[in-house]
Amino acid sequence: MDQNAEFEARIARGETIEPKDWMPEDYKKQLIRMMSQHAHSEIVGMLPEGEWITRAPSLRRKKILLAKVQDEAGHGLYIYSGVETLGADRDSVTHDLLTGKAKYSSIFNYPTLTWADIGVIGWFVDGAAIVNQTMLAKCSYGPYARAMVRICKEENFHKKQGYELVAGLANGTKEQKEMAQDAVNRWWWPSLMMFGPSDKDSPNSPQLMKWKVKKESNDTLRQRFVNLTIPQANAINLTIPDPDLKFNQETGNWDFGEIDWTEFYEVLKGNGPCNKERLEARNKAFKNGEWVREAARVYAEKHNVQ
Amino acid sequence: MSSENLWEVFVQSEDGAPHEHAGSVRAADRELALQNARDVYTRRGKVFSVWVVRADEIVATSPDERDCFFDPSNDKIYRHPQFYKVPRGVKGL
Repeated sequence: MDQNAEFEARIARGETIEPKDWMPEDYKKQLIRMMSQHAHSEIVGMLPEGEWITRAPSLRRKKILLAKVQDEAGHGLYIYSGVETLGADRDSVTHDLLTGKAKYSSIFNYPTLTWADIGVIGWFVDGAAIVNQTMLAKCSYGPYARAMVRICKEENFHKKQGYELVAGLANGTKEQKEMAQDAVNRWWWPSLMMFGPSDKDSPNSPQLMKWKVKKESNDTLRQRFVNLTIPQANAINLTIPDPDLKFNQETGNWDFGEIDWTEFYEVLKGNGPCNKERLEARNKAFKNGEWVREAARVYAEKHNVQ
Repeated sequence: MSSENLWEVFVQSEDGAPHEHAGSVRAADRELALQNARDVYTRRGKVFSVWVVRADEIVATSPDERDCFFDPSNDKIYRHPQFYKVPRGVKGL
């Protein structure tokens, strides 16, 4: 049996592929692309929420937000660690983010305008991420799957604190309720876009599913997220901004309206509200950290403790 | 070539438990490697101890040699207690 056929057979038997196992170049390439994008998303995802740490309305909320943003950094590092097992060079992976060559989730190119956005991000954005990552926890590549298991365990708190925050505002004063509804209105559609293009326009999906890197399609995951979220919105009397939303008795799904794919591709191309700002922030952080990395390197050399 | 060394991280969740591989970190030296490992892999839950080891110091088996390398462990059924017959009714064996 040739190596490729043996690999396909292993995938078909549901075996886990480990770093030193033989794998097709394209499997490796697709995983490096996908995992780097995922890691970058965790890191860039710290920015919109991080902006609110100094403005959190209570010490309780500040501690929660700090812990959440710190988790996102950790999640990025778990996945970078996974990318390295594929032989990708860490410095060049970082370089690709800083130069804008690599992509990250478009959701983080939207601004956090009010405190309610912090709640809605936890509820929608982390909620959508959990749906995606729960699927990826069964991925055929071992290091990626194990990183996802770790992340899923931690991320449930992210979603729950967000929902609690929004529910509090929704039951608050008229202004607070309006602020919550406004955040829901702005984040709903970008959150649905997080699952990627519709199945018919997703070029990488069929191969990734064949390799069991992804076990379910973008549209299936998106529908699952919608079905989970609508009852949660109803429970706190907030309205999802979609006039076509309707429960389908036959399928048991919530049917929803057409996503504005023009907006999706524009943000992906770099024309979203915050693309430039996010990259600038990452470059600034990298540049400002240079003396720390340098000092650590020189200390290690001098004391020979590498 | 990455600017900092790669360290593999092993976490022991409680007294008496084995150290389990958690992932890796980049760090310039062993002290920073331990601190990074703590920040990245032990943010919540029970942790008893952490090991870090330079990734290039780990020696591992190769998948290609798996079958022949581990072969000796599969063909000696007399290493298992089920191999042995004892008279009916004898207990404590």
